[in-house]
Amino acid sequence: MSTPLLAVENLVLTFPGEGGRVAVVDKVSLAIGRGETLALVGESGCGKSLTALAIMRLLPKPGRIEASSRIEFDGRNLLELSVPEMRSIRGGAIGMIFQEPMTSLNPVTSVGQQVLEAVLLHEKVSRRAARERVIELFQMVGIPDPGARFGAYPHQLSGGLKQRVMIATAMAMRPRLLIADEPTTALDATIRAQILELLRQLSATTGTAVLLITHDFGVVNEIADRVAVMYAGMIVEEGTRRDLLGQPRHPYAQGLLKSIPRPEARGGRLEEIKGVVPRPGRWPPACRFAPRCPSAFDRCRAELPHRTEVSPSQGAWCHLVEYEVHA
Amino acid sequence: MTVLSADALLEVRGLQTWFPIRSGVLRRVNGAVRAVDGVDLTVYPGETLALVGESGCGKTTVGRTLLRLVEPTGGNIWFGGVNLTRLSRDAFRPYRQKMQIVMQDPGAALDPRLTVRDTIAEGMDAFGLGANAEQRTQRVADLMRRVSLDPELMWRYPHEFSGGQRQRISIARALAVEPVLLICDEATSALDVSIQAQILNLLGELKAERKLTYLFITHDLGVVRYFADRVAVMYLGRIVELGRTERVFAEPAHPYTKALLASIPSLDPERRGVKPMALGDVPSPSRPPSGCHFHPRCAVRLATCSRYDPPVMPLRDGFSRCVLTPDAEASQPDRADIAMATSSKSYSADGTTEPQP
Repeated sequence: MSTPLLAVENLVLTFPGEGGRVAVVDKVSLAIGRGETLALVGESGCGKSLTALAIMRLLPKPGRIEASSRIEFDGRNLLELSVPEMRSIRGGAIGMIFQEPMTSLNPVTSVGQQVLEAVLLHEKVSRRAARERVIELFQMVGIPDPGARFGAYPHQLSGGLKQRVMIATAMAMRPRLLIADEPTTALDATIRAQILELLRQLSATTGTAVLLITHDFGVVNEIADRVAVMYAGMIVEEGTRRDLLGQPRHPYAQGLLKSIPRPEARGGRLEEIKGVVPRPGRWPPACRFAPRCPSAFDRCRAELPHRTEVSPSQGAWCHLVEYEVHA
Repeated sequence: MTVLSADALLEVRGLQTWFPIRSGVLRRVNGAVRAVDGVDLTVYPGETLALVGESGCGKTTVGRTLLRLVEPTGGNIWFGGVNLTRLSRDAFRPYRQKMQIVMQDPGAALDPRLTVRDTIAEGMDAFGLGANAEQRTQRVADLMRRVSLDPELMWRYPHEFSGGQRQRISIARALAVEPVLLICDEATSALDVSIQAQILNLLGELKAERKLTYLFITHDLGVVRYFADRVAVMYLGRIVELGRTERVFAEPAHPYTKALLASIPSLDPERRGVKPMALGDVPSPSRPPSGCHFHPRCAVRLATCSRYDPPVMPLRDGFSRCVLTPDAEASQPDRADIAMATSSKSYSADGTTEPQP
């Protein structure tokens, strides 16, 4: 890959905790190429959403992005931008959609008006031209009867349509990067399939890169090109969609995939990952997955694993994988 | 469909739960949300019957109506041969013990002011189980051990536990009164996948140990396919298809079931591209479409589908409410076969079936 569109290096996010600041995201590095879709996958509390918020510089207080971190977008270090500069990037070159479209839309303004304001904020066009652009966007995201929906209020729209409005708002600025945090989690199965189809189509036709935050490997398989799996604030494995879904190497990634109920498992037990995710501040000192790992050995409890390259496209942070690869 | 199966644990016929819509200063009733609009369902002892559907289809209301947490506006519910809808509140009480529910959000379902001990023992107190408080405490400890919770923690409060642990508390509470039927309403939906696996395994073990029957209400088709013996698919207040899980997933009969199954993303990296079939959104249950409720979204609808209620077309292992049901004629209903289908796998195997009166 030549220069990536987004390069996050050594991202450390801390919150105040017992006896000093506690890192909730620890030395996370990731890169997204132009037009590429990267899925950041993990269970609740792994730090995936905080990573996305930090990229937008929207980390809630009293969270802090530590000085060692770098977030480079299109050649600019976002952490060095002024507040107004950052604001023009948000909703401009970087668009966002969230899980719950209802809480992101203003309930007392029509949805057309809300998208119109977004268009006017970033483009010097007449209101009439902006209105046409909104209807065009509504068409693009598959809102039926876009002219009539312009005046509709959020409560008059279903969850699927509201998510389409959110996507239209995000796409209004022709962003180069779309950050989608659990965009289909609150939607029903048939609607989720439609939104996934829409996201895949938009990214193909507009060349927008996508950072997808999700816990759902089905969604990953549908739209991701590459995948990074997070556990307890760190990335434990990264690779292409085929690498991760076909041949995951890290025991956590393997366990996560095996614990999904599948038809082949009918009548038998599901594989479990024993125990629970430790809370930030209670993370084990070496490999964070070691206490729950079925294959952990002494070194796992003594030393933090480094990235082992499994193939040119796949890497895992695991001592066992290191032995397997170098054996 | 008023023929009752002698071997059914729970028999539901024409169940209707409408919620009135009131408006204006006089709060006049000028409409109804038809949450459950004519549901027929038979649950056999020892089986896991899944009730699936998208939000607003009425699946949760079915569960709540069975427990009479909301009163039905029509239809009948027989439990072990007794018509529950005719019973007074007092006469219904014993059935509240036999049917327990585990809900989606254990955070909201547990009283924050009760310790875990009192949470689990509450039902035992209410139904007079256990000779005295000490015995009940002992039983709470046993139940906690059974669901893999440390009994030492029984004097703590629900907020001190994680989501998965709270779901274990909910399960222990439900089991404390020795129910026959456990209604699990999205019981694993709010959990992370690794925790969901733990809870599903626990539910599987408990079912085998205690000869439980499950009504598993969920939107998660992956869980259904893994866990359920039979599945009932709901759409806008009605069951549109019912059958054995393997058959429904392999050869769905109803167009809605087909659309629903086609929308599940695969986990196989070589298979990508869900096919969103049903177009548009689910209509409101306060104004369900005429005729077949699914017709506005149906890819294969006929002109008559908007005019007439679809007939219940029998299948070998259940039914499909669609005129286009494939081979409906070829596979005439065979009640014995349906009973066999459900019984052979789940409860005859361990040889402890209790015949229903």
